Amino acid sequence: MDNTPQDAAATRRKFLTAVGGWVGSFAVGPTVIVRPAAATPASLAAAIGEVVGDTPVRQGKVRLELPPLVENGNAVPLTVSVESPMTEAEHVTNIHIFNEKNPQPNVLTFYLGPRAGRARASTRIRLADSQKVVAIARLSDGSFWTDSVDVVVTLAACLEDLR
Amino acid sequence: MARALINVPRKAQRGEVIEIKTLVAHVMETGYRRDNVGNPIPRDIICRFLCTYNGVEVFRAALFPAVAANPFLSFFTVATESGTLEFQWTDERGNTETATATVEVE
Repeated sequence: MDNTPQDAAATRRKFLTAVGGWVGSFAVGPTVIVRPAAATPASLAAAIGEVVGDTPVRQGKVRLELPPLVENGNAVPLTVSVESPMTEAEHVTNIHIFNEKNPQPNVLTFYLGPRAGRARASTRIRLADSQKVVAIARLSDGSFWTDSVDVVVTLAACLEDLR
Repeated sequence: MARALINVPRKAQRGEVIEIKTLVAHVMETGYRRDNVGNPIPRDIICRFLCTYNGVEVFRAALFPAVAANPFLSFFTVATESGTLEFQWTDERGNTETATATVEVE
C-alpha cells in the first residue's frame, strides 16, 4: 500500500492546472487595454487639487478660447483671458491650463501681475486626443475661477507610448 | 540653444497696454516618442519663460511637454517708461536663451 504519494501528486497536478487555467483566464482580459502614460480625469482632478487645495472653484470670469475642431493636434492655438481690472489691489496672479487625456495633466501656467495690464495670453499646445481643456485662474484675493472647452482632434499629436 | 523672434511695438503712449509676441525655435521633445529604430527619444523641454521690463518681472510662464514645438507666447504689459524688455527661456538642462527688445514711450 505505497501508492499514496502517486495519488497525491496526481491530484496536486490536476488541482494546479485547473486553478492555473482559471486564474489565467482572468489575467489576460484586462491587461490588454492598460495604457500606462495617460492623464485620466482622475489625474486631471488631482492636478487641479494640487493647485486649488480646498478652495472652491467657480465658473465665470475666465474665457478659454480653442478651436472646437482641431485638424492637427501638434499645434493648437489657445487663448485665455480673465475679466480683471489688473490693478495693484485686484489682479490675476496665475492662470493654469490643464488637459484630460495627454500623458500629463499639466499644459502650462502663466504668472501675471498688475504690470501685465491685461489678463490675456496666447500660446500653441499639443493635444493627444479629443478631450476637455480646463483653465483655472487665481485672483489676488485668493479666489479661483474656471472655464473649460471640449475639443475634437482629428489628427492627434504623435504620442507612441513608452512601455 | 536656439533662435528667438520677438514682436514688440517700437513706440507706445505712456500707460498704453502693449502686446508682446515671442517665438523661440525649440523641439520641445516630449520623451514619449521613439525614433525610427525604436529607441526612446530623450525628453528636451523648455520649462520656464520670463519677461522683465527694465529689470522688473512682468510675465512668467511654466511650460510642460504639452506645449507645441517652437513655443509661441503672446501676452500684454503696460508701457510705463522707455526701456528694454528682456526675455529668457530656460530648458530642463539649465541652458538659457535670451533676447531683448526696446520700446520708446512718449
